[in-house]
Amino acid sequence: MTSGKSAHTPAFALPRTALPAVAAAALLGIFMLFGVGFAGPAAIHNAAHDARHSFAFPCH
Amino acid sequence: MFKRILFIALVAGALGGLVTTGLQMAHLWPLILEAEKYETAAPAHDHVAASQPATAPEAAAWKPDDGAERMGFTLLFNVLTGFGFALLLNAALVLRRAASADAALDAGNGALWGLAGFAVFAFVPALGLPPELPGMQAAELVDRQVWWLATVIATAAGLWLLIFGRGTLLGTAALKALGLLLLVLPHAIGAPHPVLDSAAGPRVPAELAARFAIASLVAAAAFWLVVGAASGWLQRRADRAI
Repeated sequence: MTSGKSAHTPAFALPRTALPAVAAAALLGIFMLFGVGFAGPAAIHNAAHDARHSFAFPCH
Repeated sequence: MFKRILFIALVAGALGGLVTTGLQMAHLWPLILEAEKYETAAPAHDHVAASQPATAPEAAAWKPDDGAERMGFTLLFNVLTGFGFALLLNAALVLRRAASADAALDAGNGALWGLAGFAVFAFVPALGLPPELPGMQAAELVDRQVWWLATVIATAAGLWLLIFGRGTLLGTAALKALGLLLLVLPHAIGAPHPVLDSAAGPRVPAELAARFAIASLVAAAAFWLVVGAASGWLQRRADRAI
């Protein structure tokens, strides 16, 4: 559960090995949000239209 | 860990998307539909700069039928948006847990993280770019997207430094000052605003726009509280299971 540096990361800290997973999750999240909020094609725009306006992405 | 973040984000995001859809149907949709009457009445899609070519295909492109289909797609995209935001929030939660041992996490704490998400993605950007109804005049789309994105990044980094900044290389005070600077900078630069053109045809009434801006922010706050609380609660359960 803890990495080797237990002096700096006591029992409850998550190990540093979690960091690649954090980066991967963040990238996937950014990809999803780009698709919903920023993607250009008109069909995507129209399907996501009301969601875009409601979450206040800059739209149109 | 990736699977854990994915699963928690999916559950929390779907919950947030459902809550958003409920609030939308009650408070936002009626305003969007009302505003679209003005949008279609306007001669040349006046909220987009006339030079932008993307407007021409929009009229002809596929779009969901009003009614169940449109509602279905909105629900789908609300859940997808929820998933995306929840992935970012949970990545931040886990990052914080990896950086500090005393980062407590439960539903209440998660709700605070949700409030930070609300500030970063809705409240602070709204200071420059208030939530828009269809048919409102606005500056060039790309300019607004760039400002929005830059503001989100600067606000997230600024809040993180302000709250968690502890100096090793730079002093703590310097880090917090940097955080404050990042929070203020986008607004000092200023958001792009349109030159209002009164000849552009019928405009969305200000009353509708005002109601929409507030309703959108309230819906966003509810969304982020739900996503944050659910994420915190699920992360705590996952910690216990390790």
